Amino acid sequence: MKDIIRVAALIVVVSAILMFVNAKLNASGGPSAKGTISVYNWGEYIDPDLLKQFEKETGIKVIYETFDSNEGMMGKIEQGGTSYDITMPSEYAIAMMAEKDLLLPIDLEKIPNIKHIDPYFLDLAFDPNNKYSIPYFWGTLGIAYNPSLLEGQTFESWDNLWNSSLKNEVVLVDSAREVIGMGLNSLGNSLNSTDLDELREATDKLKKMSPNVKAVIGDEVTQLMVNEEAAVALTWSGQAADMMYENENIDYIVPEEGSNLWFDNMVIPRTASNLEGAYAFINFMLDPEVAAQNADYVGYSTPNKTALDLMDPEVTSDERFYPDEEARDHLEVYKNLGLEMLGHYNELFLEFKMDMK
Amino acid sequence: MGKLSKLPKIYLIIIFIILYAPIFYLIFYSFNSGGSMSNFESFTLDHYKAVFEDTRLIVILINTVVVALLSALVSTTIGVLGALAIVFMRNKAMRNAVLSLNNILIVSPDVIIGASFLILFTLVGIKLGFASVLISHIAFSIPIVVIMVLPKLQEMSPSLIDAALDLGASKRDILTRVIIPFIKPGIFAGFFLALTYSLDDFAVTFFVTGNGFSTLSVEIYSMARAGITLTINALTGLIFIVTVTLVIGYYFISRKAKTPIAGVRK
Amino acid sequence: MNNKPLRPLYIIPYGAWILFFVIAPIALIVYYSFFDLSGNFTFENYQNFFTSVYFKLTISSFWYAFLITFFSLLFAYPTAYFLTKTTHKQLWLLLIIIPSWINLLLKTYAFIGLLGLYGPVNAFLEMTGLGKQQLLFTDFSFVFVAVYIFIPFMILPIFNSLDKLSPALIDASYDLGANTWTTFRRVIFPLTLNGVKSGIQVVFIPALSLFMITRLIAGNKVITLGTAIEQQFLVTQNWGMGSTIAVFLILFMFIIMLVTSGSERGKTGNGKVK
Repeated sequence: MKDIIRVAALIVVVSAILMFVNAKLNASGGPSAKGTISVYNWGEYIDPDLLKQFEKETGIKVIYETFDSNEGMMGKIEQGGTSYDITMPSEYAIAMMAEKDLLLPIDLEKIPNIKHIDPYFLDLAFDPNNKYSIPYFWGTLGIAYNPSLLEGQTFESWDNLWNSSLKNEVVLVDSAREVIGMGLNSLGNSLNSTDLDELREATDKLKKMSPNVKAVIGDEVTQLMVNEEAAVALTWSGQAADMMYENENIDYIVPEEGSNLWFDNMVIPRTASNLEGAYAFINFMLDPEVAAQNADYVGYSTPNKTALDLMDPEVTSDERFYPDEEARDHLEVYKNLGLEMLGHYNELFLEFKMDMK
Repeated sequence: MGKLSKLPKIYLIIIFIILYAPIFYLIFYSFNSGGSMSNFESFTLDHYKAVFEDTRLIVILINTVVVALLSALVSTTIGVLGALAIVFMRNKAMRNAVLSLNNILIVSPDVIIGASFLILFTLVGIKLGFASVLISHIAFSIPIVVIMVLPKLQEMSPSLIDAALDLGASKRDILTRVIIPFIKPGIFAGFFLALTYSLDDFAVTFFVTGNGFSTLSVEIYSMARAGITLTINALTGLIFIVTVTLVIGYYFISRKAKTPIAGVRK
Repeated sequence: MNNKPLRPLYIIPYGAWILFFVIAPIALIVYYSFFDLSGNFTFENYQNFFTSVYFKLTISSFWYAFLITFFSLLFAYPTAYFLTKTTHKQLWLLLIIIPSWINLLLKTYAFIGLLGLYGPVNAFLEMTGLGKQQLLFTDFSFVFVAVYIFIPFMILPIFNSLDKLSPALIDASYDLGANTWTTFRRVIFPLTLNGVKSGIQVVFIPALSLFMITRLIAGNKVITLGTAIEQQFLVTQNWGMGSTIAVFLILFMFIIMLVTSGSERGKTGNGKVK
């Protein structure tokens, strides 16, 4: 009994000391008159130095929290109890959040730096007139592949993935819209199809690809490609950029039939408590120098036209990550198809996954 | 491993190698000057330096440790009391019902636990942050403690308690002098596994946290999309070394303090 | 044993926990399971569960949970047994638990590297002349990593029940002419049944709802009920269907508990087994 009490007392003391240290560390940022803003973002999706720069310039302290999926983030904001002032959902999630009335309309007058954004990325279908969101990063969905592992196989079309020489080589992302969308695209149909026959046709075509599928996974795909564990992957351009940074053999293309164009935008959720601070933050992130530094750190494509001039031309002229407008016209942005349809996509995707073995 | 003959020794060595292989793999790459867990380029300590420069990461680490220690402590206390309650239930059907209820949180996927706790906290009006995370960790660690303590209680012979009663021991004495010492291994097992549950949890914490409070798991999972940095590997290496040192140190200190007793056993 | 005066004291915190963190969430889950996507009352979710997809998922969840539990027990028992024979057994036991305190996602990433085509395991296989094997995204790697995760949970209770085993009992068995195997089968194993049962519970039950590594290590070639629930809650946002699957998972667990508690032997702990 004695040693149990001793251990318990030790834990309480150690915890108390640690909490004290933490309080000191937290306070070292200094309380500020301008208050705080709470930013909710993907992990490693901002240059931490920029957060410090923002705090210094504005005197507003940033509380930074991270999430790992749009859905998880939405669930938290919907349930309440939080006070996030800024978050960075993907485009379909923005439409869903707007529909559920989880976002505050943005007054563009308060964001003078919006003039730096390429007009191509403004006023898109998922958020007409940018009522709720301001572009942060963008990219495409395509095929990352490693020519050194493939005997002369090249990729121009989605159909190349069905090639029998790729047996057990292809890695897919674990996401229904992307995989079913690939099936739809390869048949010349829209990514946003709600036609049940088209969807059935796409699923049946995907099932024929099963022998080629090595795995259906998430973010681990980067590690697999870098380690040359897999030769081909259906993945987003941002992740492809990460892979190519680590392994020079890897290449990335967007198939000619078309693909998905995605956005992560900044929004102000309904839970916001410091609107001033939120506007200041958005405006700060749109500053060309800040945007350029951030794009350089994160490695994703920035929608900030003025920032492009400040960046390494080798990066910004890379057609794979900054496709010209003509190439972009083949791309489609996801529409919010409604929960019912999303459920149907997921059912078909589950059917495809269960068919794999 | 003094008393063991050769074959069991080899068996244990293999088990330990497997258990520690992924950890040494992580630590190995924490010295990689390249950016990822492949292609070891050259040796560097940069990632370790980065750990100490990142105040946010250190704050999160301390949060994680405090939540783990306190939640394990409280859940062990409640769990032991629960196990006592269960074992002294005379009605067998009742006992089974309570045990089944006990195990519900173990079988429920984390997403469900997280979502329902979040609803619960917002209903009651508990502010999301340290308190809500701590309470949740206590809540989902209790069942594992109960399951670890129960077999020890069941093994305890009733004659032991009867004997103590005959000797005029009070109820309190029986609890602190007879029962608790007997089930001590179960209590420690429960405590350590509660630590495991707390340190490993991502989904529940993700849902119930807020106001800038974060734990290492949440941080690591959200990094996955843009890539986990080797700073995390370095941090893992440090945590590992510190933990092993503490455990070994504590073991020998506490052993020294009671050698005479230990000497008598067996 | 008359323990009435003690009871209220220790039953309060545990009872409160059951009420707020078990019964309340369950009530919530059952409630949600009766609603469809647009918030209308329905029994449809329950009908949906009885489609072939979920039947297949249930079978596969049970099969893999069984495999994981079986192999955990197979490797954990000898480990626990040999550990009790070491000099610093408590320390070695702690060293078994320590790896489980390192973040699971990181360890899983490490496994992706270790089991990969160019990883050390394959290098070893090549050296022994077995040649390179595709280890990742197979049933083998899935069960292997799952056993890795769960084995401390199996070792601990078994170790605890072995540790207090009176050596006199074993000596007596040998004196009576029993060989090692008979002693183990007739004396040691029955006396550790409570520990084994605890171990099985804390491995089998969570293994039913395992999800993360089904994707990371098995590449979604293994799909369990846990994965399905996670999808329904997060991706499809169909809390109704997710809750329904959870209700069934809990029902299955109740059934398992009922079956395994049928024979509470070893209860007296006096060696009077059976």
